[in-house]
Amino acid sequence: MFVLDVDFFDYEDEEDDERGKFTMKFAHLIWCNLRRKKLRTSLTLLSIVVAFILFGFLSAIQQALVGGVALAGTDRLIVREKVSIINLLPLSYEARIERIPGVDFATHQTWFGGIYQEPRNFFMQNPVEPEKFLKIHPEIILPPDQEKAWLATRTGAVVGRRTADRFGWKIGDRVPLKSPIWSDRRSWEFDIVGIYDGRDKGTDTTPMFFRYDYFDESREWGKGQIGWYTIRIKDPSQAAEVAKRVDAEFENSPAETRTEPEGAFIQGWASQIGNIVLIVAAILGMVFFTILLVTGNTMAQAVRERTGELGVLKAIGFTNGQVVALVLAESCLLTVLGGVIGLGLARAITSVVAQNLAGLLPLFFLPTRALFIGLGFSIALGLITGIFPALMAMRLRVADALRRM
Amino acid sequence: MAGPLNWFSQIASITRFGLLSLPQRRGAVAATVIGIAGVVAVLVGVLSIAAGFRYAMTVSGSPDGAVVLRSGANSEMVSGLGRNETRVIADDPRVARNTGGPLASAELFVIIDLPKRSTGLDANVPLRGVEPAAFQVRDHMKIIAGRPFDWGKDEVIVGSGAAQEFAGLEVGSKIKVGRYEWPVVGLFSANGSAAESEIWTDAKVLQDAFNRGDSFQSVYVRLNSPGAFQEFKDALTSNPQLNVQVIRQAEYYAEQSETMTRLITTLGFWIAFLMALGAIFGALNTMYSAVAARTREIATLRALGFGSWAVVVALMLESLLLALAGGVIGGGLAYFALNNFHTSTMNFQSFSQVTFAFRVTLKLLVQGMMWAAVIGLIGGFFPAIRAARLPIASALREL
Repeated sequence: MFVLDVDFFDYEDEEDDERGKFTMKFAHLIWCNLRRKKLRTSLTLLSIVVAFILFGFLSAIQQALVGGVALAGTDRLIVREKVSIINLLPLSYEARIERIPGVDFATHQTWFGGIYQEPRNFFMQNPVEPEKFLKIHPEIILPPDQEKAWLATRTGAVVGRRTADRFGWKIGDRVPLKSPIWSDRRSWEFDIVGIYDGRDKGTDTTPMFFRYDYFDESREWGKGQIGWYTIRIKDPSQAAEVAKRVDAEFENSPAETRTEPEGAFIQGWASQIGNIVLIVAAILGMVFFTILLVTGNTMAQAVRERTGELGVLKAIGFTNGQVVALVLAESCLLTVLGGVIGLGLARAITSVVAQNLAGLLPLFFLPTRALFIGLGFSIALGLITGIFPALMAMRLRVADALRRM
Repeated sequence: MAGPLNWFSQIASITRFGLLSLPQRRGAVAATVIGIAGVVAVLVGVLSIAAGFRYAMTVSGSPDGAVVLRSGANSEMVSGLGRNETRVIADDPRVARNTGGPLASAELFVIIDLPKRSTGLDANVPLRGVEPAAFQVRDHMKIIAGRPFDWGKDEVIVGSGAAQEFAGLEVGSKIKVGRYEWPVVGLFSANGSAAESEIWTDAKVLQDAFNRGDSFQSVYVRLNSPGAFQEFKDALTSNPQLNVQVIRQAEYYAEQSETMTRLITTLGFWIAFLMALGAIFGALNTMYSAVAARTREIATLRALGFGSWAVVVALMLESLLLALAGGVIGGGLAYFALNNFHTSTMNFQSFSQVTFAFRVTLKLLVQGMMWAAVIGLIGGFFPAIRAARLPIASALREL
């Protein structure tokens, strides 16, 4: 049987300033209802928690795939060889690109494909022109003294925080890498002179960058050729026109180019693995809603069992609106509680998984935006699962309900 | 009176009661079954991606086949071999021969941009230049439409997987390679292996188009016997003229698939684990409410002399049956929706696309059923214990 405070019903006599007191009593009633079947409540809560952990996972996967696109510089274009990304472009293109109207300046990178100890320790390493590179990538935050050291050290390399942490590298360390692409037997020595951070949370801090002059001198073939150019344009709204001009410049030359905004380039790259990961995300989404269905059923059942009590409440003067509010508040409290716990755990779990995936999906993390969306979902879930039992309670005729007791 | 037969008949009759009362609890029962079906479908579905990818990669290797790469290269993409090296390799006495000479194909492996049908976005499609022996060093190579390309001509044949996944690769169409346009003259299949993701042409033609001089990236050979591998490997690696590594074809492909498989199984495991947790809570809820609804009935049985262990076993059996039903539905769903679903992804080692089909194997289905059984047993255990411990007198009095 359920127990009510007697002075719960005093509220009729008082006015607005007593509203707070009423709400508190109301809360007490909801709390008692949830505690009545502790086991069922906690099991339901746990399923909701799991659903939201899964939601967090889903968001992290999505972030890993499309996050890079959102962070791409709108004022940057990528120029690569037209036939295949593996074909190189001549270094002489840099000066020619910089003469094209609309181009601020251009710099280049090349895929080094180095192996640290063993292939599974994969991370990206590219030779760059340090000054221009840092200028075109303001999202890479390198302390000024480390930048100076990089400019002064020919074998110097700067590495992102994630990779530095992954291998425990510190400034001053000397790191050997093998590069099957650029030289047969010998290993390349790099001095870590800086560790950079990302300006935004989504900035990929797994790559290592080192100096092109060191690279070009030491490689066994391909001297004077680079992988791709990054261009900064003067006016982002002119991106398409500038891209066309660049490609026209090199048309019918031995190395034709293909120029596109950085965002499109990253999107294209992500879509190459994307297919599968999107399938996984779709499955996950389906499952999220299955769990919600299951939970909704349990909660509806919990309310159905209390039909009689709701009848009593109505008999002693609760309005329809108040009964509906009572039921909805109960379901929302449960789902929001579950949502908050689930999202919190998701945050912790995704960071563990991210360690396992380091190098493969560098942008795998749970963004703050997703936390808010998840919270919104949890409220929506509470309303949806609560609304049918609530309507049932509202339509309930007191006489019928009391007979069922 | 307490013989084993009696015990079993007790279990049977309680279980029967439980099953007969299922329709009265259909909401909760359906929720449990759907929940477990979801777990199994997702588990099997995700793992079938990894299984399909691994299959495509490993079916490629024949037991007497070997791949020779430059030492230190972890994929063909970053390997490089000169003409004199490939000649030394082909002349090794362990390499099988037929009337045309040694069964060794020096090959060139590049990627070109072609749009994916599904997204319309460009993807890195592998383009392989081969020598005549290429069709003998691999198993199951078959031209299924059109004709083989002519040696020395700018023509290509396309793997069936690539033709399905990327636009503009039908027989009779032309692909653009730089300033040249090469006609597609044939379509080939290779028993679902990774080769089906590729476009093939004459190695010499490809060398010219990509300014590669007279260099290659790998040599595929067929050996006299699978047992000759070690000798072959030792001979090449100790040869001072060469700087190479020798890998069995099967091992080479397994290595190539490792990264992707690890990615999928890591994600898949975590997802399935979380879902299983959710399903266990759902099953617990159902069984607890089943016990609560039947408090009086169970107490009556106990009063009549049914043993508490019979009650426990019967309730767990009921839960197990529900879970297995969910498992069958989930497994079936995964099988019919996903088995043989064709897609493509990036092979991280060579940055090129691999097309493959999902494989819902018997092993995965069994694995899914085992997960379902575990969920069912855990979900039934605690409620069953509670039922067995009910104080009979007060339970009988309960409404």
